[in-house]
Amino acid sequence: MDVLELSRWQFGITTVYHFLMVPLTISLSLLVAAMQTAWVRTGDLKYLKMTKFWGKLLLINFAMGVVTGIVQEFQFGMNWSAYSRFVGDVFGAPLAMEGLVAFFVESTFLGLWIFGWDRLPKKVHLACAWAFSLATIASAYFILAANSWMQHPVGAELVDGRPRLTSIWAVLTNNTVLAAFPHTIFGAFSVAAAFLVGIAAWHLWRRTDETPVWRSSLKLGAWVGVAAFAGLAASGDIQGKLMFEQQPMKMAAAEALCHTEEPASFSVFAIGDVTSPNCEDVKSLTVPALLSFLAHNDFSSEVKGIQDLVPLYQEKYGTNYPVDERLGELSGKPIDYVPALPVTYWGFRLMIGFGALSAFAGVAALWLTRGGRMPRGRWFPRLALASIATPFLGNSFGWIFTEMGRQPFVVVPNPSGVDGVWMFTARAVSQTTVGEVLTSLIALTLVYGALACVEVFLIRRYVRAGVAGVMPPDKPDKPADDVLAFAY
Amino acid sequence: METLWFCVIALLWLGYLFLEGFDFGVGMLLPVLGRDETERRVLINTIGPVWDGNEVWLLVAGGATFAAFPGWYASLFSSAYLPLTLFLLALIGRGVAFEYRGKVDTARWRRNWDRLIIGCSWVAALGVGLVLSTTVFGLPLDAAGDRVGSPFAAIRLETLLGALAIAGYALVHGAIFLSLKTEGEVRERARALALKIAPAALLPLVVLLLLVQLRFGSVWTWAASIVVAMAAFGALARLALRREGQAFALMGLAVAAAVVALFGALYPNVLPSTLDPAHSLTVAGTASSPYTLTVMTWVAAFGTPAVLVYQGWTYWVFRKRIGTRHIPAVHVP
Ligand code: HDD
Ligand code: HEM
Ligand code: HEM
Repeated sequence: MDVLELSRWQFGITTVYHFLMVPLTISLSLLVAAMQTAWVRTGDLKYLKMTKFWGKLLLINFAMGVVTGIVQEFQFGMNWSAYSRFVGDVFGAPLAMEGLVAFFVESTFLGLWIFGWDRLPKKVHLACAWAFSLATIASAYFILAANSWMQHPVGAELVDGRPRLTSIWAVLTNNTVLAAFPHTIFGAFSVAAAFLVGIAAWHLWRRTDETPVWRSSLKLGAWVGVAAFAGLAASGDIQGKLMFEQQPMKMAAAEALCHTEEPASFSVFAIGDVTSPNCEDVKSLTVPALLSFLAHNDFSSEVKGIQDLVPLYQEKYGTNYPVDERLGELSGKPIDYVPALPVTYWGFRLMIGFGALSAFAGVAALWLTRGGRMPRGRWFPRLALASIATPFLGNSFGWIFTEMGRQPFVVVPNPSGVDGVWMFTARAVSQTTVGEVLTSLIALTLVYGALACVEVFLIRRYVRAGVAGVMPPDKPDKPADDVLAFAY
Repeated sequence: METLWFCVIALLWLGYLFLEGFDFGVGMLLPVLGRDETERRVLINTIGPVWDGNEVWLLVAGGATFAAFPGWYASLFSSAYLPLTLFLLALIGRGVAFEYRGKVDTARWRRNWDRLIIGCSWVAALGVGLVLSTTVFGLPLDAAGDRVGSPFAAIRLETLLGALAIAGYALVHGAIFLSLKTEGEVRERARALALKIAPAALLPLVVLLLLVQLRFGSVWTWAASIVVAMAAFGALARLALRREGQAFALMGLAVAAAVVALFGALYPNVLPSTLDPAHSLTVAGTASSPYTLTVMTWVAAFGTPAVLVYQGWTYWVFRKRIGTRHIPAVHVP
């Protein structure tokens, strides 16, 4: 293992982990704000109970989102210093804006929301919930703009071998982020949706009290889930077309498409080794011409295969890495332009498959509980709870596909990007020692693992206790004047 | 423009040290000032609504450094890799500990999180001091801005002194903050403690500033250092007279002057090379393009006042002193 490989593992592990909390925070905070709005509007106690219950789970999750995010912010400098030096002029700006515009609002108004119950006027308190949740959306936009620039560098020119920002507007309205942002937000909503459906269905099955709370939560979750999946498919389709144009290799890798096809069929499932160079022992269930449609909106167009793309890349970016000790083990070695095919091929399918499964679970839960019905078998609560995992998996596979599909580049050269602005991942890494990266990799992984246990333990506890766990039933109507409404 | 951004970064550090300084202090003092469970909850709840907002000052300082001086960000963070890792782990521990400590009602659960708060607050405060003084005293950098020394190059006598300086400052600042934000016995205890430990706790800061002056000092960094000494002294004098608000404000002045002295001594470098002055990273050498800095200036010009307004409002909303009588009964599943 060299520094490059370890750093990639570390970045992958920490980001995927961060992105387990992120989508739940984004979507649940908006839904909780909506629940609180319903309460303020109607005065119906049911909505207050929903706000408190789901709000508590949101907070447990949020804390983890924050602390894992801090690590992300520093990792660019720690592990990818050559990358940071190279792209800082362009890439740093959205990151700094995210902090200044989004994180300050998020953290401050969340503090106000948590501790402001009964202290702030109702409407002001509600406004804090909205400020917080809209800031999570803003933060997503800025960070996705930064990420999209790596997939499709725009708004820059090359000066002295380094990209220099020429238009921040171009970076913030990159067509890649315009597609990735709705996709990611819909993906986030699919997470909260499954969370609501799974937990509410479990409570309904157990016939705890507060049935109206669970019934409304289940309905809300199910509808959000279905809508989110529709949104995911629509925005994903746009992303597919952009990807075909901007990163043809990633497209071919997503399909493990060896040879150029015209029209190209979409492989739904494959048996055998998708990495086999001539595709002979791969039996794949295909839908004719669908891939052509995904790429071009046209069922008969040509989609380039890996074998035809590699020579094009070699011609443009070289066949071998330069001889340079900073490249470590890769110095002078041939460049492998093909991303890890099993990962991209299956990542793409699992993203869509798990997402579809979660939307299906929502619909099924609605159907099974229609008109107050309730299946009695033990399978029902188990499946309901298990379905919570599906959108988490869908999101993770989506990112793993997106990020590994751009290898060996960290900044991907694009036909429609700025000429000359690209960087090999091997070039991006810091000149640190293996020992250092290994230490942080192990320490972070262990700490994250331990924290995952704590978070799951706490969430389970609060989920089991239901509404009673967050709202003492015997609470006096008016609490003694100077006792805090909430305290750690 | 580059100089303006150098000042902005110094300002962000100032915000960070002033704000998170006291909440590190509160964490570090948890076992000393909180004699029982209710008192410990009083302490933690003085910073409950604000600690996360305070921490964002650091994130923005980091992000702004990345945007305005990518070379500085890259070299400092990759060269001080291990100390930073430890520091990040401490921030992780603190963050979850505040949030999770009260979520289960057993003494063992709380005791473990308390330990984490205390340990992580110490490590984080020391870590901030170490990194800040590393950027002032420099690292063995080569021409490319990469570290040539061992992974422990950032750990030297000067930087350990810097670590102690910030930790000592956080202790005193935290105790003064608590005497301002609490009532009853805790308040008295905090005040007495601040007065008692101040001479020892602030000593490393004084020595650090002297050392910086001897190495890099100019007339106005001398002046800043004198302001630090006077303000700190004034703070303690006011505290002795029970003017806690004034004492707290004077501590703010002291840390502001300390930041001026440290960053003043650093300028025009951002990270000196201890191997060869020619390899030192400078403000001019690492700055982003004028266009990027212009964009960032606009963002900061609108963003910063807004942040100050709504963070100020938070402190206003939660301005009341907290005492044991305000702490609600535990209600958890
Ligand atoms: C699409 C959304 C998204 C993505 C791709 C990322 N994040 Fe994130 N991040 C959020 C959305 C988010 C959030 C929803 O805004 C969080 C989650 C929980 C929270 O507190 O805010 C957050 C928290 C969060 C924090 C803590 C903020 C605080 O203290 O309040 C930092 C420093 C980062 N993130 C930094 C990053 C970096 C450097 C990333 C890239 C590698 C990254 N995040 C990926
Ligand atoms: C939150 C969702 C994200 C996930 C789950 C994710 C996942 C990953 C994974 C799995 C890798 C390792 C790829 C490999 O080594 O083959 C990676 C690398 C990387 N990602 Fe992401 N990523 C996310 C968001 C981002 C964002 C928003 C940025 C930038 C703003 C980013 C920047 C990078 C960088 C710099 C690397 C390291 C270089 C590399 O290996 O290519 N990622 N990410
Ligand atoms: C019909 C369904 C879908 C299609 C056609 C689709 C398409 C795509 C494409 C083409 C990308 C890669 C973009 C790029 O690398 O440039 C992508 C990324 C991603 N997908 Fe999907 N997707 C679908 C469903 C889902 C579902 C159900 C989820 C989550 C539950 C999901 C989550 C993600 C995430 C998190 C990313 C990475 C971030 C991004 O680039 O936006 N997708 N998707």
